[in-house]
Amino acid sequence: MADLKRTALHGLHLRLGARMVPFAGHEMPVHYPAGVLKEHLHTRSQAGLFDVGHMGQVLVTAISGRQADAALALERLMPVDIAGLAEGRQRYGFLTNDAGGIIDDLMIANRGDHFFLVVNAARKAVDLAALRAGLPDCDLAEVPGRGLIALQGPAAEAVLARLVPDAPDFAFMDVGIRHWQGVELWISRSGYTGEDGFEISVPDGFAEALAERLLDMPEVAPIGLGARDSLRLEAGLCLYGHDIDEETSPVEAGLGWAIQKVRRSGGARAGGFPGAVRILRELAEGPARKRRGLRPEGRAPMREGVQVFAGPEGGAPIGRVTSGGFGPSIAAPVAMAYLPADLPEGSTVYGDVRGKRLPARIVPMPFRPASFKR
Amino acid sequence: MKFTEDHEWLRVEDDLVVVGITEHASEQLGDVVFVDLPEPGRSVAEGDEVVVIESVKAASDILAPLDGEIVAVNEALADTPALINDDPLGEGWVFKMKVADLSALDGFLDEAAYMALIG
Repeated sequence: MADLKRTALHGLHLRLGARMVPFAGHEMPVHYPAGVLKEHLHTRSQAGLFDVGHMGQVLVTAISGRQADAALALERLMPVDIAGLAEGRQRYGFLTNDAGGIIDDLMIANRGDHFFLVVNAARKAVDLAALRAGLPDCDLAEVPGRGLIALQGPAAEAVLARLVPDAPDFAFMDVGIRHWQGVELWISRSGYTGEDGFEISVPDGFAEALAERLLDMPEVAPIGLGARDSLRLEAGLCLYGHDIDEETSPVEAGLGWAIQKVRRSGGARAGGFPGAVRILRELAEGPARKRRGLRPEGRAPMREGVQVFAGPEGGAPIGRVTSGGFGPSIAAPVAMAYLPADLPEGSTVYGDVRGKRLPARIVPMPFRPASFKR
Repeated sequence: MKFTEDHEWLRVEDDLVVVGITEHASEQLGDVVFVDLPEPGRSVAEGDEVVVIESVKAASDILAPLDGEIVAVNEALADTPALINDDPLGEGWVFKMKVADLSALDGFLDEAAYMALIG
């Protein structure tokens, strides 16, 4: 793993006994000695600490100095209402391409005189290229020397309040800068687990001290990428490169909720983003295929790549599983697959698992209701 | 008890060969969530994939260590697949097979050789 990048928490992971794996060019913890199952359940019952320092942190500032110009510039690249995003607020969004596919999904926060973006590690370079090409009127800067820690779970608020007394005042998707021992923490109330929680950008030199301070609290355990994946799967959240990619449109992916009315046909700033023709048409007419939730019968997981059929035998595949596994909080397998959009909820389809067609029911997502602090 | 290079253990009990996976294999797999067991009565050849173990991480196979017939499977694994993590050498056994010649077991690794293999 010599050519892999390390986050500021690398030494801590090793001391905690993590099993390290290559992930998006970084050496990251896939699990700690407790294992994926216990880490997952711990996050749902108390609080989990995740190193997400491999993700990209990017600042976008209008050359004019006017935040409204930066907002409208970003709207040229995303089908999202950025101009209407209030200062101190964050929103989920995605960069689209001319074919209406997704270049990356990301978080974008309005921080008054600039926007702060958090993007997927594996897409950082592609995103920066797309942003540079599309935003000649903005300054772009990848934030150097900051780590990112996610604190997720029902105890996250109480835990963080011991270091940041007004943490409970953050509403879901609020962002703000707070100080801890003189260090600037960029805090947002958000996450990727379906639980309440926070994401905290911290200078590299203080990341380990912050992580250790949090891990010293009885509610907090370190959680690896394995449980991060099962948590987000149960929450029905997309993983870039699996559930969404450059061919998949946001509407097919079931992300139409993130395209506000103002950017849709008839809205004040309708269209004007890459792939608008396809995306607006699919919003109006409905896509032919859609990301659907699957609950396989029995205990056999249906993993990524499983072909899905309409019947127990014969016929061509009608879709493919893009993410799937065992949902520890559901105590049953769950999966996501792209399937014909007109198949009603509750219908049974069949996944080919090692040559056997096993039944699975189409169900709404999330598989488990989220518990955000609105 | 004997061991295979595929991280299975073999133990003779009432003239049958009991097969499970080693502690090392169980740790590598992580939490087991499903075991796809064969039907008792099935004849198998050495190297056949007879069982699939699904963990939170991935699926992996158990191969038949010898030619023979599967005569029993550990039904408890259907409801409690975690037995493979909790007690891989005992309650987490997977299947029992009848083989023509029990002396064939002599060709497998003993504990010292298996420990050397996994380092």
